[in-house]
Amino acid sequence: MSSRPELLAPPEVFYDDTEARKYTSSSRIIEIQASLSERALELLALPDDDIPKLLLDIGCGSGLSGETLSENGHHWIGLDISLSMLDVALEREAEGDLLLGDMGQGLGLRPGVIDGAISISAVQWLCNADKSSHNPRLRLKAFFTSLYKCLTNGARAVFQLYPENLQQRELILNAAMHAGFSGGIVMDYPHSSKKRKEFLVLTCGQRSVNTSASSIKGKGEDGESWSDDESEDEENKTVSISDRHRPRKKQKHNKSGKGKEWIMRKKDQMRRRGNEVPPDTKYTGRKRKARF
Amino acid sequence: MRLLTHNMLSSNIKGVTNGFPLRIEAEKVVEKTVEMNADFLKKMFEKIQWKAFIDASRAMGYTELPEEVDPTTLESDEFLSKFHHALLELHLEEGALVCPETGRRFPVNKGIPNMLLHEDEV
Ligand SMILES: C[S@@+](CC[C@H](N)C(=O)[O-])C[C@H]1O[C@@H](n2cnc3c(N)ncnc32)[C@H](O)[C@@H]1O
Repeated sequence: MSSRPELLAPPEVFYDDTEARKYTSSSRIIEIQASLSERALELLALPDDDIPKLLLDIGCGSGLSGETLSENGHHWIGLDISLSMLDVALEREAEGDLLLGDMGQGLGLRPGVIDGAISISAVQWLCNADKSSHNPRLRLKAFFTSLYKCLTNGARAVFQLYPENLQQRELILNAAMHAGFSGGIVMDYPHSSKKRKEFLVLTCGQRSVNTSASSIKGKGEDGESWSDDESEDEENKTVSISDRHRPRKKQKHNKSGKGKEWIMRKKDQMRRRGNEVPPDTKYTGRKRKARF
Repeated sequence: MRLLTHNMLSSNIKGVTNGFPLRIEAEKVVEKTVEMNADFLKKMFEKIQWKAFIDASRAMGYTELPEEVDPTTLESDEFLSKFHHALLELHLEEGALVCPETGRRFPVNKGIPNMLLHEDEV
């Protein structure tokens, strides 16, 4: 049997009362949702002005992720397709407003009113056709286009996801870029198969340089070496990003153009400046497969 | 659902060009007191469509809000607390939201609007 729930049944069927119950009874699930939401909120990089924001939680489910938003003082609107999950959210007295809806049908929200969106392990559900009328490409398009519209200029949307494979990741990213978003994948702990967490970080419109998506750091990623060594220094961070504003050709050129020599030189430079730099290993600067 | 959310929500039915605002049919409204934050209210004031907000608050049985507003209205504490009450403390618990163009009803149960579209509405 597959361990991927989205291959078993449509979300509104999979997330029935029994499954929803786990979101109140399993301390492990509660803990995971909380830590993923904390990280997603951090990646939203909201302005540090102490003013509560109006946020969206897409696939809000039992409201565990929303709880993190509330704890940080924000107002939120949650959307989910499973009434069983939303019932649990009511039980938990979620402070956000809940909507029963299908993100694949697009969000019915006014333009430019939402300050940011998070979504925990939900978007990969859109990659399946659960009904004969479903076309994953069109549903992803409807979703990302409507999301882009309702966000304020410069707002971010952060999706924690578990894509099934490269094609799926590409399908999701393409839909997002086509809708007008820029951004890319942030990988936390890429070296650890257990701790590895993937976030799609998207920005709507223009944002000031120092907070642009290209300055996002993945946790525990050193970017230059790509090993499965679990003991890698977790402080080594960098990003993998695709920026739709950059012409495709240049992007490719950058990826393959920087050889081992270039990396060694940069590393030396950084060391001289007193920065912490990952040790040189046999993986440094080695060719690797494209990630999307 | 609070009026904060109602003011952001619009009908998403295929072919509908102006799905805002959804008309409120209120069967049951509940009040929950929450702390007021003036900064948040001022930010939201810029986003709120006032006419829709007034109509919605009336449909919820609250008639204290002024018809006409401008940015100086925000300097009144009395106004802020009324705005706060209508925006964040009134909850539509049972009733419906009605698409202004098609008349399609989106039922609201236990405070949750059912915005799921039928296949022919997508
Ligand atoms: C892993 S759960 C996330 C739980 C949630 N963050 C919480 O705190 O309980 C994924 C959620 O995505 C929802 N979902 C899946 N497909 C959806 C769709 N097309 N539209 C809206 N929600 C969807 C599921 O119903 C489920 O509640």
